[in-house]
Amino acid sequence: MDTTELARRARISALTMCSQSGASHIGAALSVIDVLAVIYGDVANVSPDRVDDPARDIVLVSKGHSASGVYAVLGQAGYFPLDWLDDYYLDGSHLGGHVTAHGVPGVELSTGALGHALPFGVGRALTDKIDGIDRRVFVVLSDGECAEGSNWEGALMGAHHGLGNVTVVVDRNRLQILGRTEDVLGLEPFPDKWRAFGWEVEEIDGHDHAAIRRALRVRSDRPRAIIANTTKGKGVDFMEDKVEWHTLVPNADQLAVAIAQLETNTTEVPA
Amino acid sequence: MRDAFVKKLNESAADNPDIMLLVGDLGFGVVADFGLTYPKQFLNCGVAEQSMVGIAAGMASAGRRPFVYSIANFPTLRPLEQIRNDVCYHGLGVTIVSVGAGLAYGSLGYTHHAVEDISILRSLPGMRVYSPADAMECRAAVDAILADPSPAYLRLGKNKEPLMHEAPPDLFQGAPIVVREGSDVTVLVAGPIIVQALEVAEQLAEAGVSVRVVSCPVIKPLNAEAVRDAAAGTVGIVTLEEHTVLGGFGSAVLEAFAVRGWRTPILPLGLADAATHIIGGQEWLRERAGLATSYVRDSVASFTSTNA
Repeated sequence: MDTTELARRARISALTMCSQSGASHIGAALSVIDVLAVIYGDVANVSPDRVDDPARDIVLVSKGHSASGVYAVLGQAGYFPLDWLDDYYLDGSHLGGHVTAHGVPGVELSTGALGHALPFGVGRALTDKIDGIDRRVFVVLSDGECAEGSNWEGALMGAHHGLGNVTVVVDRNRLQILGRTEDVLGLEPFPDKWRAFGWEVEEIDGHDHAAIRRALRVRSDRPRAIIANTTKGKGVDFMEDKVEWHTLVPNADQLAVAIAQLETNTTEVPA
Repeated sequence: MRDAFVKKLNESAADNPDIMLLVGDLGFGVVADFGLTYPKQFLNCGVAEQSMVGIAAGMASAGRRPFVYSIANFPTLRPLEQIRNDVCYHGLGVTIVSVGAGLAYGSLGYTHHAVEDISILRSLPGMRVYSPADAMECRAAVDAILADPSPAYLRLGKNKEPLMHEAPPDLFQGAPIVVREGSDVTVLVAGPIIVQALEVAEQLAEAGVSVRVVSCPVIKPLNAEAVRDAAAGTVGIVTLEEHTVLGGFGSAVLEAFAVRGWRTPILPLGLADAATHIIGGQEWLRERAGLATSYVRDSVASFTSTNA
C-alpha cells in the first residue's frame, strides 16, 4: 500500500475509533497522519515483521494524544490485528488514549505527558553514536508541546553532540487546546529557534507525501528539524483548522460525513 | 560516601561496559576520574535534569545501565515526571543517585535539603530505594542495584561518614544489619544519621536503657520479616531518618507492619513538617528542625518505658 492510501485509510480508522469510543484529539491525529504514514510506511527502517530487530530505526511519537492516528497507521500497516482498533480507548483494550508501548508492536515509547520523547531519543541516538551504529531516530513533536522546556534541553544536547542520526518532525498545525499557538504562547520565529539551537531546519507542507519523504531522507552531520506545516483536522472540511476539534468527539452523523469525504475525495490528500 | 560511590562505580565499570555515569554538571573533584578512565561511559548533560533522565532512559532502552548523578533534589524532584514516565513506566534500569541526603547541604538552604525524596521516590512503581549509612553500605547497594534490571534510587550522604562496617554487608535480600546490640528497644535507621542513634544509645546506656541500633539501607522493597526479626525481644521500634516523617522510611515500616497485622509498637522520628528558613550546618539544623539529639534520646526513653 502506498503511503497516500495508508494515510487515507488511517484517517477513516482514527475518526471511527474516536467517534465510537468517545475519545478526543481527532484534530491532532488528522494533522499528523501523513507524517506518520511516510515515516512508518516508507522512510524509517521498520516493518511489522521485525519489530524487535536490533537494527531497526527508532520512531518516537512525543505527541501521545495523537494515539488514534498512531494506532490507525500501525494497524493499517499490519503491525497488529486491525480489530484491535475496534475497542480503542475502551475497557480492557490494548490501545489507550495516549500512545502506549506496552504490548503494542511498533510503539517504542509510551507518551502522553508532553516533552518526553526528544531527550529519550537523544539518549538512544547518543548510545548508537558511541557504539558506531548507523541507526536513525525519528521524533514527532506537536507544535504546542514545544512550550515544554525539556524539548529545548534535548535540542541543546542533540546539537552539542552532533547527532545527525536524530530527525525531529514538528506537526506545525498552529492550534492547541484553547487557541492558536501564536495567541496562547507564541513560538515564532519558530524555525529560527531550532536553527539557533544548532539544528538544520527545513520547512515543508506536512501533507505532501513527496515533500515529507524527500525531507526525511536527507542526512546531515547535524540533527535535523523538519517543520511540517499542517492543518489540524486535515481531510474533513468541517474539522480543518478548527480549535474545537482537539477536544470534540464526532457523533455518528458527523462520522458518516467525514468518512464520505475521505472515501470520495481521495485527492484531498496530495500524493 | 560520594567518593566511595564513584570509586565503586569505577571498579564495577572495569568489567561492565554497560555502566554509564551521567552527571548534571555537578561533582567537581569527584567524578573526573571516572570520565578520564571511561570516556565512552561518561556524559555531562549540563544543568538540564529533565533531559538527563530522558537521555538515561533512552540509553537504558538500548541495554545500558545509566547512573544519573547530581545533588539534593536536582536528580529527583526536578525530573520527577521523567523518572515516573520514561523510567518507571517502561521498567528501565536507570539508577538515580542523589548526593546530600537530608540536611547534608544545610547552609546552602532549603532548596538544597533533600528531605521529601524517600517519600516521593518510593511511591513510584518498581522503584527500589537505597539509603546507605556509610561507604560500605554504599558499595553493597551498588552491587545490589547492578544485580537487578529494575529502576533504583540511591540516596547518598555527602562525605566522611563514620564507617559502620568493616566490609560491605550483603544487601541482596534487603535485610537490615544490627550495628549495636541492645535488649530494651530497637532504633531502626535509614542513612548516615545512624551516628545520632549510636550517640543516643550511648547516652541511654548510662541511664540503664539498652538500645539496639539497626541500619536499614534497603527501604524498598522493605524486608518486613527481617525488620521484625531484627527488633525481636525489644519493646518496639523507633525509626529514625533525616527526612520528613510524612511518607518516608518510618511510614514504610508502619505500612509494612500494619498490612501484616503485626502489633509491634512503632514510633517514627524525622524532620518536622516545615520548610527550613534558618541557616546552618547539618548538625546545627538537626537540633532545630525536629531531630535534636536530646529530643531523640528522650523520645526513645519515653517510648521504651511506655511500652515496657
